[in-house]
Order: sequence, then structure tokens, then C-alpha cells
Amino acid sequence: MKKLMQGMMLAVATLAVCAGAAQAKQLVFCSEASPAHFDPGPTTGGNDFDASSRTIYNRLVEFKHGGTDVEPGLAESWEISDDGLTYTFHLRAGVKFQTTSYFTPTRDFNADDVIFSFERQWKEDNAYYNYLEGISWDYFQGMDMPKFLKSIEKVDDLTVKMTLNEPNAPMIANLGMDFASIMSKEYADQLAAAGTKELLASQPIGTGPFEFVDYQTDAVIRYKAFPDYWAGKVAIDDLIFAITTDPAVRVQKLKAGECDIMDYPNPADIADLQADTNLTVAEQEGLNIGYMSYNTTIAPMDNVAVRKALNMAINKKAIIDAVYQGAGQVAVNLIPPTMWSYNKDVVDDAYDPAAAKAALEAAGVKDLTIDLWAMPVSRPYNPNAARVAELIQADWAAVGVKANIVTYEWTEYRELGKAKDRPGAFQIGWTGDNGDPDNFFATLFSCSAIGVSNYSSWCDPTFEKLIQDAKKVSDQGERAKLYEQAQVVFKEQAPALTLAHSKVFMPMNKRVSGFTMDPLGIHRFDNVDVTE
Amino acid sequence: MLRYILQKLALIVPTVIGITIAAFAFIRLLPGDPILAMAGQHGITPERYEILKEQFGFNLPIWQQYFNYVGGVLHGDFGISVATKRPVMTEFLTLFPATVELATVAMILAIALGIPAGIFAAVKRGSWFDQVTMGVALTGYSMPIFWWGLLLIIFFSGYLGWTPVSGRIALNFFLKPITGFMTIDSLLYGNWPAFVSSLRYLILPSIALATIPLAVIARQTRSAMLEVLGEEYVRTARAKGLSPRRVVGLHAFRNALIPVVTTIGLQVGTLMAGAILTETIFSWPGIGKWMIDSISKRDYVVVQSGLLLIALIVMAVNLIVDVLYAVINPRIRVQ
Repeated sequence: MKKLMQGMMLAVATLAVCAGAAQAKQLVFCSEASPAHFDPGPTTGGNDFDASSRTIYNRLVEFKHGGTDVEPGLAESWEISDDGLTYTFHLRAGVKFQTTSYFTPTRDFNADDVIFSFERQWKEDNAYYNYLEGISWDYFQGMDMPKFLKSIEKVDDLTVKMTLNEPNAPMIANLGMDFASIMSKEYADQLAAAGTKELLASQPIGTGPFEFVDYQTDAVIRYKAFPDYWAGKVAIDDLIFAITTDPAVRVQKLKAGECDIMDYPNPADIADLQADTNLTVAEQEGLNIGYMSYNTTIAPMDNVAVRKALNMAINKKAIIDAVYQGAGQVAVNLIPPTMWSYNKDVVDDAYDPAAAKAALEAAGVKDLTIDLWAMPVSRPYNPNAARVAELIQADWAAVGVKANIVTYEWTEYRELGKAKDRPGAFQIGWTGDNGDPDNFFATLFSCSAIGVSNYSSWCDPTFEKLIQDAKKVSDQGERAKLYEQAQVVFKEQAPALTLAHSKVFMPMNKRVSGFTMDPLGIHRFDNVDVTE
Repeated sequence: MLRYILQKLALIVPTVIGITIAAFAFIRLLPGDPILAMAGQHGITPERYEILKEQFGFNLPIWQQYFNYVGGVLHGDFGISVATKRPVMTEFLTLFPATVELATVAMILAIALGIPAGIFAAVKRGSWFDQVTMGVALTGYSMPIFWWGLLLIIFFSGYLGWTPVSGRIALNFFLKPITGFMTIDSLLYGNWPAFVSSLRYLILPSIALATIPLAVIARQTRSAMLEVLGEEYVRTARAKGLSPRRVVGLHAFRNALIPVVTTIGLQVGTLMAGAILTETIFSWPGIGKWMIDSISKRDYVVVQSGLLLIALIVMAVNLIVDVLYAVINPRIRVQ
């Protein structure tokens, strides 16, 4: 019976293969979630960006594969004025927009497209500012673009001048981010004239390596290689996202050959995947940090000695072994070691319960009770905050500090955590947006971020001056020096416990070649090839 | 008969009102916020948050939000998804055929196996077949679908390699939906290999989804048959010298069918609940998975309208079953 069944299945499979397209090179990616839609401007999830900005679109500058350095994209070169206020971009000539069943471009990419792509997120009178019900340009706002941008002007068809209100060295890196993807103004105008602006989000047109073919809601996204891609047609012909929510099922699909590559495996499955001879498991340090913020305005945690003592009482190594299961490393600094300006000379607060206890006594702290906050969800930088909280609770108990573990629903958790007067120690984390250290230091610990994303309510004048100065200098070497000093101040002042940087895994079939893990967590398939 | 149907329809009205209140309140009682859930790690500015709340009408007093929702529904407007910005009705109509296809196959499976198993178990009461069948049915009934589905995948797809892991059809078939039913569409295109592929992809999820209804139907059929087999008219039929096949098939089964049909009707609700888990495990793009995703995103609009649409369909099916019931058993109509 089993033989008969197998025979039948084989016959069916053979038929199925015969019916498929003739030997096109196909790559199937088992992705984690459905994209909200295909406009990278208003969306915020990594799965949204994989499906839109990194496949269909390009930006003025691009992050190098596997790194966070920027390289020319749709801008072939650029100059920054000495005062750091004027950016002149020289655009690539002859770049085509994709031709699909729903749009045929009549002209090449030019300065109008660049201006449109930013103004639609910036100017309220732009026809696309509110083109979908209830959209918000979260990244454009989040990266403070409205604060920095003064104007974007067309000098000629292939030259764009961007003027800033104040110098902002991370600007170039911001322009490599997903929200800065370049749209076709010609297409947008055509849709607006037809009264179907909302199609911009469901029938995308870009200049990127793949063109959109079809999206079957919650199931499959299909792309094909854009034959006239400015950097040359990519090696694979068809790219398919098979949306598979459950990580255990993704693993089964990969093993069964139903997909070639998958994201976010369960840590528990890694060893099994590594042992499979048909698969390779790529891994990389994630550009992220899991940390725990002390509210530095509330006694006794307004005292540096107390914060340091609490840090010393925690056995970070043991937590990482228990919770991250080999997929993490102890975080010494706020930024991960792969990021430029990382200060390797900073010495971490060593695990020393006896010294911690003595320091607490010396500070006159007795019978201390702390609210210890734990996220209700698994995050890339912390797979299980509740477990981390339990381990910290036990470590603190050993030095006479009592911890009450507190948790809320995820959005509520973040809202409550932001409050300036929130008591206790708050677990949270961050995943880098653009590979610039400013994206960690200023976003998370600048004075202006208090009440927003500075969960320590920490405003240290020395630290603040260093990170603000680093924004104004364009030379990376000089900036690195400032950030290195900032890391020293951070460790001395201990506004937070730096817990871990996690590792990210990407299992794939051996027939896949050329895939590079990306520190920013994006999945790009333009360099990938498959052998038959 | 018409009066009977009208009576049943009249009963639906208060139920629908109850469901709109429950669906509306349920998602709002969960902690969380649809607009904040949508924002990325940078969050959203307080000003923009207020603007968006206003656009979606979440700033209005709660009773007003409810009446706007019901008013919209009465005009056929089910609202726009907070997360995807698409009309809820469009999303529902895109995804619903997949659920119907899966649920239909699961139901056919449950009936085709459950009724004969129940009859046979009743006729051979106390035999090893009866004991094994009822044991398996009890196990099936108690099985968590999530775990059972994954187990099926690991064994049949992973270990034996007989069935595909998840999805609706092999990826090399690219059929633009006509009806949204993959099996029917592939036949409409005249694509036989695609049809076979769509059937193969239905095997495991329909087994997972059919398990509970199958167990319930088998047990219900058995107990209904046992009751009927003890009746005097069955004894009379036997005494007339009819063959056991005719006694069981004609006299006993027709009378045992009435409670079984009711049970089958009630299983439609169970199937919808089971579809939520089955679709999530098997990446089946239907309304079950859609509901789960929307609840986790706190997409108030999708959840309140989606639940209502699902409830309306379950009620419609139950109405049809009630009518069928009256057709089978004319006594019901008189009552």
C-alpha cells in the first residue's frame, strides 16, 4: 500500500513539474508574515520592507550587502557642503521604472521622482499625504526628517539639492532606509488622474531588482526579475514569498524542499537544522541591543552607586546561556561590536554579588523593592523577557533587593514605560534602523528623547554634548572618537543595564548561493542564485 | 412551512444584535490599541495619534462608535481595516472561499466516515470494533488541533514525504482566482495537474479540521442508532423477515438521522472555530488566520465586522439545517 501511494504521489509530482514553467530559476522564501501592503513609506514591519522596499524599490543610497556602510544607489554621487547643510545628489542616468500589466513608463527616473518620494511624506498639501485612510509616515517622522529638512529642489533632471535646517551627519544613512524608497511620480500622477491613488500601495512600481507580479492575500507573493534593472538583471528569474506564520512549519517546509530559505527559526530547532546535510544555516550578530533602563530621576536609582551595584548583582552570562540558548552575547556597550565606533576598551560592570551588596550598604540602601518590567512578547533582542526577569529577581534577592515583576500588553507596556515618572527597572531593546551609532545613542538616551524613547529619563550633560557634537561633524573618524567617549560616560553613569546582543539565523537549502545575512535584519535576494 | 421559516428568521434578529454588541465589546475589552500596534519601534507622535484616532472614529464616545458601526453594517459598509487600509468586505470575500473549501472537504470527510462508523459500532455494540471506534473518537475529540496538525505535518510530510507541508497548491501553479475555490478554479482552467495538486494540499488540513466533528458525528450516530434499534418497529421489521441490511439501513437509520442532522448543523460552528487554528498551522489563507492576525493587531474594524460576518454565515447554515430537519421530520413543522 505504501509503495502504491508513493508511486501515485511520484506520478502526480512528475506531472506537476511538467506543467510548471520551463526551467526558470526560482527561489522560494518562507516568510514570517503577510505585508500590510506594498508602500514602504507608511509601513513599519521588517516583513513589509522585505516585500516592498528591498525587492521592488531602490533608494538614493543603498546599504552594502551584509553591512551598514552606504554605497551609491539611484544617486551616483553626492557632495555635502562644508557647513553640513546642503546635500547635492547627482542622479544615475538611464534608470528605468518597471513595466507591468498595469503601468508602462514613458520616461526614465529623474529628479521629480526623488522630490515626490519625500514630499508625499512631508508636505500635507501633497496629493498622497493622506492617500490611504489612516496612514502615518512613522519612519519619516521617527527619523526626525521634518525637523531637519528645509527644502528639496530640482537643479536639473539629474541633480537634486537637499537643504537642512541644521547639520545632521546620519542623514545619508537615513536615505538608505526603507521609508526613503523612490517611487515613480509619473505612475503616481497617472493613478491620481484616474482617481485610484490607493493602488500605489497594492500595485507597486519601482526601479528595483524585482517587479511585482501578484499577491494572493495571506498566502503567496510573486515577483519576477526586472529585465532592465539598472545594475543588471539578477540571477534568479522568479522570486516567491510563501507566507508561513508558524516557525515549526517553516522548518518542515524547508526540509521538505517546499521553500529554499526561511527566516526566524525557533532557537530550539537550530541544532537540528545545522545537522541536516541538505541545509546550511547562516548566522550573524544582530544589530540590536536588549537592555534594562533604570529611572534615574527616582531615589534610590538617582544614585549612580546604586545603579552600578544593581548591575554588578546580575549574572548576565548565566541569563544569556539560559534564555538566548546560544543565540546571543553579553552586551558591554549600548551598540553591538559590529558597529563602527564600538569602544572595545570599555570594561563592563563585573558580576560580583559581594561587592554589589557592600556598595548598596555603603549607599545606605536597605530593604529596597524595585518594579522589574518584563515585555509580554518575544523580541529579536530578547526572546523571553519574563524568564530574564525571573533570573534577575533571583540575582537581586541574593543581595537583599526585592523585585516585583510587572508586565502589560505590549503597546500598553511601551506607553506606560515612556512616562517620565515610571518607577523601577524597565526591560526593552532596540534594533538598528540605519547602522549609524546616532540611531542608538540619540534615539535612546538623548535629553530630548525623555518621555519618548529615553526610558531612563536620563539627561547627562557630558553625554549629551558628545552625541550632539557627533551629529554635526561629517568626518566618520571624528564622529567615532566622540561616540567612543560617549560609551565610557554611559558605562560610568549606568543609566541602564546593557544585557545582550542577539544572533540571527537564516537556514537555507544548499542549492542557494550568494545570500548574505544583513545586520539590519532585511532580507535581500538580488545577489542570490540557485543551482538546479 | 413558510411560517416555520419566518419564525426561525425572527429568532435570528435578536441574536444578530447580541453578536454585534459582543463582537464590538470583545476586541475593545482586550488591552492594546490598534494605532499604536501599527506603529514601529519609533512609535507615533501624539499629534498624529490624535489625528488617526479621529480618522477612524476611535475618539468618539463608545456608544457612538457602536452606532456608527451598526449603521455602517446596515448600509453594507463593514469599514476599512486599520492595518491594511483595505475594505473589510473585500478582504473577507478574498479569503472566505479558502475557508469554505477547507470546511466543506472536512465536513464531507467527517460525515462520510463518522456516520458509517457510528452505525457499525451501534450494530456491533460491545464488539472490539465498537470499543476501538469509540476510543478513537474520544481521543479525536480531546485532541488539541494545534498539536495534532503539527504532528500530522511532521509524520506525513516530514517523515513519510507523502503530503505537502502547507499552502493551498504547489507554487508552480499560478492560477488567477475565478471563484476563489482552488479545486474548482483549476478545473475551470482545465488544468488537471493543478486540480490534483490542490487536492493534495487539502489532505492534511482537512483531516486536522475534520477530527473533532468526525468524533462527534460518530458518537452521536452510534447513540441515536442504539436508541432506534431498541424500538418496537425495528423488532417488527426484523420479525417480518427483512434482511438485516434493510432493517438497519431503511427502518433504523432514517429515524436515527434526525438528531444526527442537528449535530451536523451544529458542527458548522465548531468547524469555524477549528478553522482558526487549522489555518494558522497550515498557512491556509482563510478567514480563520485573518481573524487571529487581526486580533493580535487589535484591528477593531476587522474583528468586529469579521466576527459578525462569520456569525451570520453560521446562522444561515443553521437555518438551512433547521429547514432540512423539518423536511425530514414533518412533526417539527406542526410544533
